[in-house]
Amino acid sequence: MTELRIGFVPLVDCAPLVVAKELHFAEAEGLTLTLKPEQSWSNVRDKLAIGSIDAAHLLSPLALATTLGLSGLKVDIAAPLVLSRAGQLVCLAERHRASLAAVGAGPRAVGEAIRSLATDRGAPFRLAVPFFFSMHHYLLRYWLSACGMDLNASVKIDVIPPSFMRDAFLAGQIDGCVVGEPWGSLCVEAGQAEIILGGDALWPASPEKVLGLRRSYIDENPEATAALIRAVWAAARWADDPANFGLLSEILARPEYVGQSAELIERALSGSFTVNASGTQYLAPDLLSFFNGAAAFPWRSQARWIHAQMVRWGHARPTDAETAAQVFSPDILRHALEKSNADLPGANEKVEGALDVPTGVASTRGSLVLRPDAFFDGAVFDPNLHKFQT
Amino acid sequence: MKIVVVDTDRERAKSIEAALRTTGASDIVMLTPDSNLTEQIAELDADVVLIDLNSPTRDALEQMFAVTRSIRRPVAMFVDASGAESISAAIDAGVGAYVVDGMRPERVRAVLDLAVSRFNATAQMQSELSAARTALEERKMVDRAKGLLMKSRNLSEEEAYALLRKSAMDRGKRIPEIAETIVTAAELLQ
Repeated sequence: MTELRIGFVPLVDCAPLVVAKELHFAEAEGLTLTLKPEQSWSNVRDKLAIGSIDAAHLLSPLALATTLGLSGLKVDIAAPLVLSRAGQLVCLAERHRASLAAVGAGPRAVGEAIRSLATDRGAPFRLAVPFFFSMHHYLLRYWLSACGMDLNASVKIDVIPPSFMRDAFLAGQIDGCVVGEPWGSLCVEAGQAEIILGGDALWPASPEKVLGLRRSYIDENPEATAALIRAVWAAARWADDPANFGLLSEILARPEYVGQSAELIERALSGSFTVNASGTQYLAPDLLSFFNGAAAFPWRSQARWIHAQMVRWGHARPTDAETAAQVFSPDILRHALEKSNADLPGANEKVEGALDVPTGVASTRGSLVLRPDAFFDGAVFDPNLHKFQT
Repeated sequence: MKIVVVDTDRERAKSIEAALRTTGASDIVMLTPDSNLTEQIAELDADVVLIDLNSPTRDALEQMFAVTRSIRRPVAMFVDASGAESISAAIDAGVGAYVVDGMRPERVRAVLDLAVSRFNATAQMQSELSAARTALEERKMVDRAKGLLMKSRNLSEEEAYALLRKSAMDRGKRIPEIAETIVTAAELLQ
């Protein structure tokens, strides 16, 4: 048995890694996984970079940032698999409930409401995200600027660890946050915030977390890498089956994983949320996915989209576009799944945002249906151009 | 050199401060991670910030330092100041160092090595303490189980222990686990 050490942050979307270990998919591939929880993304990044861990649950923009030398030590990271799609929650402080749109109002309405509030108050709307190089951050910027907000004047975005967000709401330090589960629901349970939007309403196809490995590790350990990919692929399929949500939430509830109640964890899996202190319910069944609709496939066009955002806000250079795009490694995935019966897309890139409805696409086994991937503002991203078109 | 130490473990933080003072460093500030941490650190304008890597505030600090880069004193973690082994040792020990650009590597190395050795010493001490506690608790549990067996089955101490041992071996468990089962059952069955 080959041993692999995998770093993760205790969030619901680490599920495919936990399932790979607990449901013995890894064992079936000849792997013994040691899952190591970390309290910060900086830790996961650094330990992956220096080799304390062999693979990681990683924020997708952080995989790019590390490769480009923008965050911590500069090391080439490859992401052969997306671990989770969307799953982010936009939450607003409970005290804003009266003045802002209710849940279900949609991104435009909420964005307009935030803009009015900031204008009326004459002070920036303060929003927290868990990490700088995160989909939470880039979706937030994309969304609010598409609603006409001047991000320099009307908004202040701060990095606050999710475990501190409840206190930040209580102390009146923030007006809202974008965060992953279980933290959104925990803020609601604490009576501090209301869930106002799911990340799937902004871009349902956003690659939230990836499986990250050092490229040097992959080069030196091709068999172990392929085995890990197959194990996590099978685990992701298991985790996305609603029949398994009950058991999955019980496993994730363990203290060595997410350590919250199974009931709370299950909300993110099934998409049935309590959104505020009054107990209002909201259904977002497509909020979070691990596998269905080729969710695990690392579309290189999506890496380009992330890089384009980083360039837009001055965080990265346009000349790094190709290096950034190569971080998402569908070729490594294809190689690992060669002998399996996986149905993979025929192409490695696609126009992002073009699908309003589930759409059949050319695939290796001929029956792949992609889920809608439309951006909320109707924009389309053609990877060949790196530009936005509407 | 102004050194800020961010650590929730007060004993460990004090031992780092003491060790730093023996090297002649005198400008040392101790902080605990709380929601105000980034503001406090920004005001202090440190040359080196030592941080417990288990603190979730690390991500907020990283962001604050990235912003500081554009203002006056850029601060970066590990970069240039240490070799790969040094970084690895620090990460394994659970301590990180944010260092002002332009600081001489050997000065940083000294401070970091010191922090690493204090963190490792504390971890070692905590392991030993934890092992000692567990051993003591297990011994107490075994003694209670022996007492219960002696009383309820009229056995001598040696016979009671032999029974515990056989039971453990038959079930592939450790003697303290069997002992705990007996003690728990006795409490519930009273």
